[in-house]
Amino acid sequence: MTPPPRFIPDRLQSRAARALRSWETILVAVAIAIFITNSFMSPFFLNAWNLSDATFNFTEKAMIAFAMAMLIIAGEIDLSVASIIALASTAMGLAMQAGAGVPVLVLAGMGTGLICGAVNGFLVAGLGLPSIVVTIGTLSLFRGIAFIVLGDKAFTGYPPEFAFFGQGYVWWVFSFELVLFAVLAVIYWVLLHRTSFGRAVYAIGNNATAAQFSGIRVARVRFILFLMTGLMSGIAAVCLTSRLGSTRPSIATGWELEVVTMVVLGGVSILGGAGSIPGVVLAAFIMGMVTFGFGLLNVPGIVMSIFLGVLLISVIALPRLFRRG
Amino acid sequence: MRILRHREALLGLAILVLLVIVAARFPAFIRPASLVNVLNDTSPLILLAIGQMIVILTKCIDLSVAASLALCGMVAALLNGAGVPLPLVLLASVILGGALGAVNGLLVWKLAIPSIVVTLGTMTIYRGSIFLMTNGAWVNAHQMTDSFKAFPRTILLGLPVMSWIALAAIAFFAIVLTRTPLGRAFYAVGGNPHAAVYTGLDVGRTQFWAFVISGALAGLTGYLWVARFAVAYVDVARGFELDVVAACVIGGIAIAGGAGTIFGAVLGALFLGVIKNALPVVGISPFWQMAISGSAIVLAVVFNAAQRRQKGRIILKQVDAP
Repeated sequence: MTPPPRFIPDRLQSRAARALRSWETILVAVAIAIFITNSFMSPFFLNAWNLSDATFNFTEKAMIAFAMAMLIIAGEIDLSVASIIALASTAMGLAMQAGAGVPVLVLAGMGTGLICGAVNGFLVAGLGLPSIVVTIGTLSLFRGIAFIVLGDKAFTGYPPEFAFFGQGYVWWVFSFELVLFAVLAVIYWVLLHRTSFGRAVYAIGNNATAAQFSGIRVARVRFILFLMTGLMSGIAAVCLTSRLGSTRPSIATGWELEVVTMVVLGGVSILGGAGSIPGVVLAAFIMGMVTFGFGLLNVPGIVMSIFLGVLLISVIALPRLFRRG
Repeated sequence: MRILRHREALLGLAILVLLVIVAARFPAFIRPASLVNVLNDTSPLILLAIGQMIVILTKCIDLSVAASLALCGMVAALLNGAGVPLPLVLLASVILGGALGAVNGLLVWKLAIPSIVVTLGTMTIYRGSIFLMTNGAWVNAHQMTDSFKAFPRTILLGLPVMSWIALAAIAFFAIVLTRTPLGRAFYAVGGNPHAAVYTGLDVGRTQFWAFVISGALAGLTGYLWVARFAVAYVDVARGFELDVVAACVIGGIAIAGGAGTIFGAVLGALFLGVIKNALPVVGISPFWQMAISGSAIVLAVVFNAAQRRQKGRIILKQVDAP
């Protein structure tokens, strides 16, 4: 059984033709279609303040999605992100009860995220364990600790100044979260597409053994990537806690699914080795607008989750169906 | 094989130690009636862990089992409300579960989509479908017939029917996995997919059947769950898929596929079941359970990795690609 000779084109497609057929172009088309549909479906959609409100649907998840995208490109996954949010938020609640000021609260959230990321990173990169099982375990563990601390209670009464991170506006309709999202998008774009660290991430995702032999410290890159998803979850926890003004152990339940959906919808290969930050940004906008549009039409959240599930499977299935035809 | 027996013996020992520790202060916990209760309480987990274990053997994972369970349970409750006789309800929930599993399996087989993506998606779709069917309404005890509720609790030779079903499933799938071509195929496909192809096995088709089995078991468990707790609603067994995966990991099923035994999965489930039932007896808040099972998963993975050199049952040896 000899494999068929690999198809090698005489000349590559032009840059424009390739760009036109890229995943990002499809996403832009989908985004425009959803935008237009939403504008026709509801008279309240095209309103600067409403659209600004809609961005809260995705900014926190998208922050995690950037780090998750790099992790998935490197061939790993972190299913514990939502539980890290719960634990980081609980840590912030404890700090608040101890009378900590706003800077300490923020540090507590981000620090907890980093520690959780380090735990995942140690187990995966240090001990060489499969990330999917490890993070299913820490998913239970991290949120479990939040449940031990809080039980059926909640932390409330965060200082008023703390509300800025989740409810404040930097300028006009641009919220702090939206600006932070944009800044992080640029940082991650540079990191993944313009640095040697980013190249290493792709290399590991495509062939970890070859990457090791070409001098990339695979374990260290993996560890850093887990630190990054942990830190991003911590930052998301700061924003979310500030926005909600309270901490319950069930905070952000199920977000790991939405973050992974966002990353996969953004064109990142779940098998690793391919994907881009602009794709993830577009996917974040699409998911935010769909959620917002459904919300304006009074569609219940669980129906939106069905839609997201169908979206997740179909964006992967459709190209595969067409490729064979 | 000797090492493997050793591993299950170790897990069995851990369960015994757990029982002894609890019994030292609360002897009532190891009275036969109490132990039967633990077994019965763990039966749904055992049933799902068997299905999950077969899926994991083939290098896949099924995160949709809890959602399938809830959907099939709701359909069983609705059919019961429509006056369908019990045997048909049971049959319908098994078939529906198998069909839900077949959807997962087809997507994995025909479109080669990674199973984690497929089942993350179908998990929300299946659970969302319950809402679409009922608009979020509950089916409560008074809307179910007595025979519907009584069947899993009926005591037969000292054990409730639900426990008997779990025991029967263990026996049946132990035979399937160790004594049939299909069982060997599950191991072969997960142990070395390339070699499996050369020996004439269809990897995708084998994975498909693993998902069908997992789904059918989830369907059966769906009826048992809803009948036992006498209530069906959207959030039945939410998050239970993690317990199921945990049972398999604790039971020494290699997440990379191809290694593990059904008794490992069953013992893994019993281990979690004993902890769950012991917590309230010992007076520890149930809020501890999530963290405990999380730690158990992590420890089990570390333990599995430490034992990795002593490979489990792999029929087709891994050979480096030429």
